[in-house]
Amino acid sequence: MNAALKLPVEPWARRLVLLEIVLPVVLLVLGIYAGLLQVLFRAGVIQAAEFWGWEYYQALTLHGVVNAIVFTTFFAVAFGNALVPYALGMKLPLRWAWVSGIVMIVGTLMAAWAILAGKASVLYTFYPPLMAHPLFYIGAALLIIGSWIAFFNWIPLYLRWRREHPGEKTPLAVVGMFATFIVWLIATVAVAIEVVVLLIPWSLGWTQEVNVPLARMLFWFFGHPLVYFWLLPAYTMYYTMLPRLGGGKLYSDKVGRMVFMMFILFSIPVGAHHQFAEPAVSSGAKLLHSFLTFAVALPSLLTAFTLAASLEHGARQRGAHGLFDWIVKQPFFSTDGWMFSYLIAGLVIFIMGGISGIINASYSMNLLVHNTSWLPGHFHLTVAGPVLLAFLGMSLHLLATYTGKAIRLKRLAVAVPYLWLVGVFIFSWGMMRGGLHGEPRRTNLGMSYLNPDSPFYNPEWKLYVTVAMIGGIIMTLAMIAYFTVFFATALRSRTQQPAAEFPLSEAYHDEPVGALANLRPWVITAIVLIVIAYTPMVRDVMRGTFSNAPGYEPHNPAPVNQIEQLDTSP
Amino acid sequence: MDRIEKMVMAIAIVLLVVFFGAIVVAATSYGVDVPTCITDRKPFVESAPPFKTSDQPLRYEVHTVARMWMFDPPEITVPPGAEIDLYLSSADVVHGYHVEGTNTNLMAVPGAVTYTRLKFDREGTYRVLCHEYCGTAHHLMVGTIVVSHRAMEGEQ
Repeated sequence: MNAALKLPVEPWARRLVLLEIVLPVVLLVLGIYAGLLQVLFRAGVIQAAEFWGWEYYQALTLHGVVNAIVFTTFFAVAFGNALVPYALGMKLPLRWAWVSGIVMIVGTLMAAWAILAGKASVLYTFYPPLMAHPLFYIGAALLIIGSWIAFFNWIPLYLRWRREHPGEKTPLAVVGMFATFIVWLIATVAVAIEVVVLLIPWSLGWTQEVNVPLARMLFWFFGHPLVYFWLLPAYTMYYTMLPRLGGGKLYSDKVGRMVFMMFILFSIPVGAHHQFAEPAVSSGAKLLHSFLTFAVALPSLLTAFTLAASLEHGARQRGAHGLFDWIVKQPFFSTDGWMFSYLIAGLVIFIMGGISGIINASYSMNLLVHNTSWLPGHFHLTVAGPVLLAFLGMSLHLLATYTGKAIRLKRLAVAVPYLWLVGVFIFSWGMMRGGLHGEPRRTNLGMSYLNPDSPFYNPEWKLYVTVAMIGGIIMTLAMIAYFTVFFATALRSRTQQPAAEFPLSEAYHDEPVGALANLRPWVITAIVLIVIAYTPMVRDVMRGTFSNAPGYEPHNPAPVNQIEQLDTSP
Repeated sequence: MDRIEKMVMAIAIVLLVVFFGAIVVAATSYGVDVPTCITDRKPFVESAPPFKTSDQPLRYEVHTVARMWMFDPPEITVPPGAEIDLYLSSADVVHGYHVEGTNTNLMAVPGAVTYTRLKFDREGTYRVLCHEYCGTAHHLMVGTIVVSHRAMEGEQ
């Protein structure tokens, strides 16, 4: 493989990206520990409400918030801050980039305090009327607003590039990152309304009650596109880097662009497929969202073909022959192009994640698995599969290139994704099989269903929770290996000049792209689809909701405003 | 796009259309459907055990209230073959209602009422699990549905 183009980076741009990479990886240490606790509680190894000061539901909140929200959002911003200027051959405007980073860090620290203090054990979906400390909501809002600022900071760069390069195709890497943040921007508007208009005034006591079905609709308007916000930076790596790491070229540049545009179109108007089991949404709206969810499976099916074709092309360049030889001839264990291992292991995991996702989206079939442990089994095959591994690989790559430090323990680094793959497959098998037998998600099983002393003891689940625990322990070991490599690299002395360096692929079919050259028509069509999909939802929520609800703290069945009245009465 | 890519796209679209078609057929021809938005019932905090709403022998209605951390009524008894119109309401936060081993899977959401029809053909005891996190003792929130011939005898 030829060396990738190296571009110098200003010191303060370098420091910002490194801060946005290292801080979430440090928090991830806590998040992974909290994940290990989950499988131990669930398997009945820990039969208590808490372990070493961490309550089960508090640890579960931390696990979700840190791993799925904080780590992913910081990574996407850091990756964009590095990749967008690199691909455009321009400099990152520093002032607003730093404002964005600081706002995100302040928000994260606020929410982290609320969770660690035990004042926000509401899980990462924070469904009202369970009520968290106001700083939890304010922190979440700041994290989101900070990520918007990062995106707004790239837009003038892109517009200037287009003026200076008339008639040229926008680099695919930039299309990928802009698709990521367009989906994110539209989706987070809804959750920002939920948090800022409904939940913050309510948690501060300025309003007494909240419209729960409305809050849930707004949350899921955001909640599913959120998974594409996780996935699209990984897709950007798959399309722009994986083919080159595999020694070949991207099979089709045009399909890559088409896939990103389809994600802009179909990522958002699908939220009701998380709400199949609930009232105040009509079955017609649910069916429409189910249909649109099938539409958003299309770009992933196309991606499966394009990436396989790219890898086959690469292997054939290196002399692979016959039908299957190209699969074996991939550089699975190469230490030079070590990032290949992270991307390919994630893709293999995603095959199962995608299939189980289609099952979840299948309307009435969803009732078989809704809120069972099948669901976390499924989404660990997506967000803790391709997303996590691509983000870990790229975090290590950014750390190495932006500090100018060669990666230490490279063989261990290459082993991490495969160890994780084994762990997550075992874990998810346990979770999904248990789910099909009714094992609930988000439940401290060790206190009841997996405790032989409890009247609710259910020995049928013992096998599944034990298998999930074994998988979870292997996943933890993989992460310990990763942290060892990451911090051993971070703490060594510099071996070369820091620079931005991404192994961007060329395209095998590099056709003119026509209407795919512009983002605007796709964004407008996406908004039209959202209006079509959400008009019946809004109508249902208006006519199906009869009353609002006061807030409740998770440990007290009396509403918060009544407790306060009791406290103040003589 | 070359020929193979177009073919892959066509196969993918056909596959997804077939999947979706199967869902629509299941819902329209076999009545396998999801809860919908109902507007003729207001949320309630008073529960009601199975009661008759018509002359038909095996038709019942139940009003179940989910609250931190129990179902009210905690146990209901119906005869085999009973068709039960279940209305589910929450008295506080969001709860789940999953009848173990069946595809009866509902959410209890404050402010709205969830409706479904249950039918149990075989005698037995079915557990109802709350499967949505509802606070500190969520893992202890379990209800029971007993399907027994004795339910009929009790009425006579």
